[in-house]
Amino acid sequence: MTGIDRRLFMAGAGGTLFTAAAAKAAGSVTLPFGNGTRPLVRMPQKRPMILLTTRPPQLETPFSVFNEGLITPNDAFFVRYHLSGLPSEIDPATYTLKLGGHVNAPLSLSLASLKRDFPVTEIVAVNQCSGNSRGFVNPRVGGGQMGNGAMGNARWRGVALKHLLAKAGVREGARQVTFNGLDNPPIDGIPDFVKALDIDHALDGEVMVAFAMNGADLPFLNGYPLRLIVPGHYGTYWVKHLDEINVVDAAFDGYWMKTAYRVPDNACLCVEPGTKPDKTKPIGRFNVRSFVTSHADGAKLAAGRATELRGIAFSGGDPVAKVLVSTADGRNWREAKLGGALGRYAFNEWRTSIELPAGRHAIKVRAQTAGGEMQPLTASWQPAGYMRNVVETIQVEAV
Amino acid sequence: MKPVREIPASLCVIAALAVLATSSAAVSSTRSKAEKNGTPVAFVMPDEATPAELGDAGAEIVVANCATCHSLEYITTQPRGMGPKFWQDSVAKMVKVYSAPIEPVDADAIAATLAKRFG
Repeated sequence: MTGIDRRLFMAGAGGTLFTAAAAKAAGSVTLPFGNGTRPLVRMPQKRPMILLTTRPPQLETPFSVFNEGLITPNDAFFVRYHLSGLPSEIDPATYTLKLGGHVNAPLSLSLASLKRDFPVTEIVAVNQCSGNSRGFVNPRVGGGQMGNGAMGNARWRGVALKHLLAKAGVREGARQVTFNGLDNPPIDGIPDFVKALDIDHALDGEVMVAFAMNGADLPFLNGYPLRLIVPGHYGTYWVKHLDEINVVDAAFDGYWMKTAYRVPDNACLCVEPGTKPDKTKPIGRFNVRSFVTSHADGAKLAAGRATELRGIAFSGGDPVAKVLVSTADGRNWREAKLGGALGRYAFNEWRTSIELPAGRHAIKVRAQTAGGEMQPLTASWQPAGYMRNVVETIQVEAV
Repeated sequence: MKPVREIPASLCVIAALAVLATSSAAVSSTRSKAEKNGTPVAFVMPDEATPAELGDAGAEIVVANCATCHSLEYITTQPRGMGPKFWQDSVAKMVKVYSAPIEPVDADAIAATLAKRFG
């Protein structure tokens, strides 16, 4: 009880307290790459998740969740932070979102005003970590060693950023918009986590300041009470605990734009393994990906009988037009049936019926967008291990 | 730790160990209540354990320095066999880019310890 008493005291009467007294293991999983054993832990508002790091909290979604439905539940949505100075208390009654810089009339908005005074819309969109699947990168690279679970698809509810910018009045000469949240460096000298979007992107009507996720408040670890939604773009831009937006009249040169989260600036966005790119640019949109969700690697299925294969595909906004499935290790391909009901930024469900003779089979899935972007059959390589999207393969056994 | 129903009604505690496990319905009811009342939401960083690979006296310099800013799984989850330069570069990045207050002699000792243990 003493632990609880201390925490009660810290929260004060009437508050809601999220505490993981200890991130006790609820079992473990072994991701299929070297040194891939991870505990499953419970953190506040989350079901048992794959622990990458405790401070700051970084959690990966167990892959089986992606077969439960196209929307990733809030309590299973992945968590990624950079800086361990998380806010210890957030008061929604006094929380303020400031929008300033190169504008005519800076704004200071309460949560109530944000919800009441601007048009509220919804969008279903995938958020994916730039380094999702980094553990599979070969040759290996340093960084967060995740499997494929640093992604999720949610229905975001909020206010399009363009409405806030319109209210403030963007001045002539605006180049970019920067975003900062309440998560801070643990010591002086570490660059604060601030991200930037070009002004045209910020005004496109899709970029959103979200206050709800799948019909509920954002979980604390997913950015309560506000986070930026940048459909089709990697999670690095989806700033959590968002409280400061600034319009700037020059290219923002903060560390997290100028130095970190850069990709090779060439046609393949890749380099020869082990080498460095000559030129880089900030990471941007997702490339196209697809996964089998109905069967895990190593699954058994009935030989000589129709079996439904199911999975997900998504892209950076150019709609997924085709998903091809091979049950013969890529020697021939069939087209799967696509769902597509949730929009071009969402997980798109695919299904196909297969029938396999007894024995082992390599199943591959390959997505293509309307514009012709197609998943590569062999993986390309980036020094930071970003943007992996090689065709996925699972081995199954028909018995 | 007491289950949530025994906590004073004015305060909703969601604890990772046992309380959250009781039901997800409890979570959503606390959440909506929190929003309606506009009550503060507090977060306590989970306790962390020193990984077994860094639990002995020989790793003290690693624990004492690196855990200032982050938990030690950042180290132990890295791929094995990356070579001494990987660890030298990692420690150098922490000092140069992230301003880790580590003396050069300690930085060298940390990198050497990690290279020896993790390849």
